[in-house]
Amino acid sequence: MNVFDIIGPIMVGPSSSHTAGAVRIGKIARAVAGGQPAAVTIELYGSFAQTYKGHGTDKAIIAGLLGMAPDDERIKDSLELARELGMAFKFKKSHNKEVHPNTALISAVDQTGKKTIVQGSSVGGGRIVVNRINEINVKFNGEYYTLLVPHNDTPGMIAAVTNLLADQGINIAEMNVYRSHRGGEAMMVIETDQAVKGELVSLIEAVNKVKKAVLIKPIY
Amino acid sequence: MISYDSIQELVDKAKKKGKMISELVLEDQARQMEQPQEELFEQMRASLQVMADAAAKGLTAVSKSASGLSGGDANKMRQSVDAGRSLSGKVLSETLAKALAIAEVNACMGRIVAAPTAGSCGIIPAVLLTLQEENDLSEERVVMSLFTAAGLGMVIARKASISGAEGGCQAECGSAAAMAAAAAVELMGGSPQMCAHACAMALKSVLGLVCDPVAGLVEVPCVKRNASGAANALIAAEMALAGIESTIPVDEVIGAMKAIGDAMPKSLKETAEGGLADTPTAKKIARDILR
Ligand code: SF4
Repeated sequence: MNVFDIIGPIMVGPSSSHTAGAVRIGKIARAVAGGQPAAVTIELYGSFAQTYKGHGTDKAIIAGLLGMAPDDERIKDSLELARELGMAFKFKKSHNKEVHPNTALISAVDQTGKKTIVQGSSVGGGRIVVNRINEINVKFNGEYYTLLVPHNDTPGMIAAVTNLLADQGINIAEMNVYRSHRGGEAMMVIETDQAVKGELVSLIEAVNKVKKAVLIKPIY
Repeated sequence: MISYDSIQELVDKAKKKGKMISELVLEDQARQMEQPQEELFEQMRASLQVMADAAAKGLTAVSKSASGLSGGDANKMRQSVDAGRSLSGKVLSETLAKALAIAEVNACMGRIVAAPTAGSCGIIPAVLLTLQEENDLSEERVVMSLFTAAGLGMVIARKASISGAEGGCQAECGSAAAMAAAAAVELMGGSPQMCAHACAMALKSVLGLVCDPVAGLVEVPCVKRNASGAANALIAAEMALAGIESTIPVDEVIGAMKAIGDAMPKSLKETAEGGLADTPTAKKIARDILR
């Protein structure tokens, strides 16, 4: 904690968890979708579902999907902006006792029809936790440069990817591997201390059995 | 390095070095964040500018929030002050107007600085900006006083909470008032120990205050609690500057706030199930909004 966690952040109101955190969940969904989606469906849970209109949670998530930061004064006009920019959107209220009360599940479809899913929870003070990418349950908070590397769950994959990072002098702050089941779909979530460049992402994608790698820049 | 485990630690260290709390906190944070002091100062100055912009915007705004529950009250308050109809003196009325203004800007999805939260964002700037105007103080001194507010706020956040969901509104508007009171004392030339007493007295006055936002929105009672929080800060600062001391030391007051927050039922911690949120009018509002 430092002084700017107490006097700060600079943000658009009214609520750090329901507005600022929601923008950040939208931002992650944009990164995972590889840019602005053609259409999104957003399912809201718990308090997000109850209060999203009054807190502008809907506008905040859309603003994040359009690439805005939590202090962008255009957030309150984001729904109109999305229409102008041709991003279709739909909101649904959902129930699930299992998830954190401030949770959104964003399903995005891009121009080519490719679908991506991001589920995130706003856990207080504008901070978030991402808990699902596509079909895989994960856990990271977007504080670092974060690499998502989906791959087939076979031996040697992790070493191949981490060696590439080491070659570039990039230190891993935290790394976890998640999988749907043994030998099935898996995903590395690698958080790094240094900035990761686009070329490195291409190198990782060239590793055998790695599918598309995604780079998420720090969102705080 | 400062641990931010006790406010008395800050006071003692400041006294020993013959410094103000703000100078001590700025030095320490520059060291801990490995950044030059000038950069931290600049970042804080940018925050003060956002605060001033929000106040100016809210004082003349007539627009309503998305729910229709807030907006326009700061404008009414300002007009009343401008017309010379202040009941409690210009400083207090101006402070109330700014606190309402910033809290309304927040409710209307405008840009603010969480201080320490978005819900309580009007209290600290209202007090400091008004004192600056009324006493012709330099921007530099006001920026520095924000470091005092933040330093004390860090202790409160570590030892208790600054979140309504965890500790009730005492932890949000109470903490903001306590931080503002200490900053105001420093701004007006009080000693570090006086800052601590002001902090304690402001917090003591609102111990037990619950978080009960109508329809779960940060509007009712939040906007007006920013006004009362700012007034609370001025009262505590005024007493401390007169040499009045808090019988219970500030760190023990923070401990009491934590214990009270822990004992508070969940229905009174931002869930909108109790308190004002559970009144017939509030329930009707909630129904209308949800429809
Ligand atoms: S009532 Fe609750 S939401 Fe409103 S300002 Fe107080 S702590 Fe924040």
